[in-house]
Amino acid sequence: MSGNMNLTLKVWRQKNKNAEGKLVNYQVKDISPDMSFLEMIDVLNEQLIVKGDEPIAFDHDCREGICGMCSLYINGRPHGPKDRITTCQLHMRSFEDGQTITIEPWRAASFPIVKDLVVDRSAFDRIIASGGYVSVNTGNAQDANSLPIGKEDADLSFAAAACIGCGACVAACKNASAMLFVSAKVSQLALLPQGQPERYLRVHNMVAKMDEEGFGNCTNTGACEAECPKGISLSNIARLNRDFFVAGIASDN
Amino acid sequence: MSILDAKIPEGTLEQKWTKFRSSVPLVNPANKRNLEVIVVGSGLAGASAAASLAELGYKVKVFCFQDSPRRAHSIAAQGGINAAKNYQNDGDSVYRLFYDTIKGGDYRAREANVYRLAEVSSGIIDQCVAQGVPFAREYGGMLSNRSFGGTQVQRTFYAAGQTGQQLLLGAYSALERQIGMGAVKMYARHEMLETVTIDGKCRGIIARDLTTGKLERHFGHAVLLCTGGYGNVFYLSTNAMGSNVTAAWKAHKKGAHFANPCFTQIHPTCIPVSGDHQSKLTLMSESLRNDGRIWVPLKAGDNRKPIDIPEEERDYYLERRYPAFGNLVPRDVASRAAKERCDAGFGVGNSKMAVYLDFAFNMDRYGHIEASKKGLDNPDAHTIRELGKGVVKEKYGNLFDMYQQITGENPYETPMRIYPAVHYTMGGLWVDYNLMTTVPGLYALGEANFSDHGANRLGASALMQGLADGYFVIPYTIGSYLSKEISTKSIDTNHEAFSEAEKAVQEKLNKFLAIKGTKSVDYFHKKLGKIMWDECGMARTEAGLKKSIDDIRALQKEFWSDVIVPGSADEFNPELEKAGRVIDFLELGELMCIDALDRNESCGGHFREEFQTEEGEALRDDEKYAYVAAWEFKAQNQFELHKEELKYENIKIAQRSYK
Repeated sequence: MSGNMNLTLKVWRQKNKNAEGKLVNYQVKDISPDMSFLEMIDVLNEQLIVKGDEPIAFDHDCREGICGMCSLYINGRPHGPKDRITTCQLHMRSFEDGQTITIEPWRAASFPIVKDLVVDRSAFDRIIASGGYVSVNTGNAQDANSLPIGKEDADLSFAAAACIGCGACVAACKNASAMLFVSAKVSQLALLPQGQPERYLRVHNMVAKMDEEGFGNCTNTGACEAECPKGISLSNIARLNRDFFVAGIASDN
Repeated sequence: MSILDAKIPEGTLEQKWTKFRSSVPLVNPANKRNLEVIVVGSGLAGASAAASLAELGYKVKVFCFQDSPRRAHSIAAQGGINAAKNYQNDGDSVYRLFYDTIKGGDYRAREANVYRLAEVSSGIIDQCVAQGVPFAREYGGMLSNRSFGGTQVQRTFYAAGQTGQQLLLGAYSALERQIGMGAVKMYARHEMLETVTIDGKCRGIIARDLTTGKLERHFGHAVLLCTGGYGNVFYLSTNAMGSNVTAAWKAHKKGAHFANPCFTQIHPTCIPVSGDHQSKLTLMSESLRNDGRIWVPLKAGDNRKPIDIPEEERDYYLERRYPAFGNLVPRDVASRAAKERCDAGFGVGNSKMAVYLDFAFNMDRYGHIEASKKGLDNPDAHTIRELGKGVVKEKYGNLFDMYQQITGENPYETPMRIYPAVHYTMGGLWVDYNLMTTVPGLYALGEANFSDHGANRLGASALMQGLADGYFVIPYTIGSYLSKEISTKSIDTNHEAFSEAEKAVQEKLNKFLAIKGTKSVDYFHKKLGKIMWDECGMARTEAGLKKSIDDIRALQKEFWSDVIVPGSADEFNPELEKAGRVIDFLELGELMCIDALDRNESCGGHFREEFQTEEGEALRDDEKYAYVAAWEFKAQNQFELHKEELKYENIKIAQRSYK
């Protein structure tokens, strides 16, 4: 078919957490520009499987940019060369025929490699479990409209809540900091009346957990915001810092 | 054949649930601490059930195959969640939501379950708001609503085009809170591969740790399957790549009846298939039908660009055929109408298997409103369109971006091309009013059960059902079983029933690896998908279904002799996981065709070409088929039909009309 592409892939292969990994070269031919990036890897894997070789392991599920399961560091950028999308939404029309593409896993000490391109992001779950919620048991709620929330706050809260927990912010950060992820949850709830009773305890506990999990410090470089597929704003980090400061003062009393 | 007892409580429709709730046996807090519940799946149903049961004091274990419970495919639901709040003062009520759901399901759902669903719907919204779910709001701070198909009121609550995400993150946060408190033990990257039955009761599961490949035994006084639907039997669907029927199918083979397997939902507004490489299909939310008008050219084979086709040469076929509901007819009706136009040669795009979803009209309508708000006199067409675009962007921005990303076309400038795709499965494990399957102690919640949507689900009702089951139904109904289990001690997993179940799983995994054939798992999945889509999809015939059953059986044989699964069982091995899921789909596909063949009528998503009205609408046969078809697994390729008769005591059963 005309217009199809031939590409060279350099893919990180690593048998398991403890094995040593390396970049391995693969050639893929006749790739349609309408294919998604992950479908291109499917094509390569199909070739490997029928030869009896092990396919490349990579995380993926919804393939529509919302579950946050896909990752991949593509030519030095989390989720590839285009802004505001996940790897599963990246299409081959964003590459050129003959190009060499390097595919690596997220690199962060807090995200150990499971196999090939698959990493363990359970540290994010543990951070949420440390305080990323409103403590309200089922059955305790009052009528939903008895709590009016201005549209602007509701919209800002939603924008923070749009985080998909993929970990691109950590992968993009030179310090492997999880501040954008943590601040998105802190902000979502800090902007809503429901989040007020636990506001300062929440930020205190979540930051403590983040540190315990070994994520690096935030130096306000902004790479996280630039690479976030959902456009989570850096201003959330500022909000977290303000609340964390207040929480510190409060705990001194 | 036996008659199934749905255990529907006595009393009038309005009293059933209230009375049941007040009279169901309770388990005291001290005893709850000794009762263990296993929840498989962490989507809306699973996460909400696990969190709520842990809050009550039960010991809960949760399993999901993804790397985190937050990935479950509920997250991808776009449009919204229904609730009978009547915030819009437009005549909504519990009864109306109940009525719309029964009618939308083409009179093949159970009255008592659906009424309960409508009753608890309102509390779901309250609970989610209390958790901090950021629903869309009006400037005055009140919650905003929109319309969905099959209804004439505005009862759908939403969070942009990401409602499922926000609801799931709410349930996930409640779940994580319980995990943090030690009340729930989470097992991510674990797949349930067998249920364990002791003395006729479900007592646990065998799960595989997907990272290490190790098989694990887990005991539970009760097991809840919240494992979603089986749309991926079609290979191409809007489901996530990992969505599968394995947990439900294993339960089926251990005695749980599978109900109405042929009832599948083909969603009308999805991005059309673009080539053989495609791995999944993407939905464009039904909410778009609020503001998008669906049309094809009046002239077959009209190859002009859509914007060059003048208004009078367009056929807005839904508005033409169904003036009362127009573009907001239920999904089954809209899908069939699109297929009818494309089959007749009026389709658009390269494949000619697509119709237009056009926002121009409503962008201009919104543009006029915005212009008059701004006090602009005689604004030009360009200004109006730009103002209108802003409004549409605010409402559906992420969906438009998603469309552009996938197709490379800008839907603000040219109409979207859409075509129906497999989306949801109304069928599932048969459950009684308590959500218990035919195996005591084994429950099914959410999309995994069959209970509430009949032969067609209305938009924005899946999220409602998943959360209703998890937050408000199971915490009560499970008491009627567990109250009798308070003296059952935890069973040691060295029990022979566990050993045997684990051995069977291990042998099956070894068998996959030992075949070393020539064809990948995906090869079989794609072949099955094509058979299912062609013969058990939007239109079905007796001849086609009979042939498919033979074809699928042949494909099962070929799988067992020629599949290749690389790697080993004691490591992270996604191909091995897929092999297990695809062979289960191959068995389920056969049952779906058997069920579709047995049901000699058309209803909802099940359209048998032999049974239609002169106008091409589904023709039900209430005399013979007003029942739930619950299939019992007897032996490989052998299923026995049991029936649960559907009684309509509160709704007059009628030919469905949206004209």
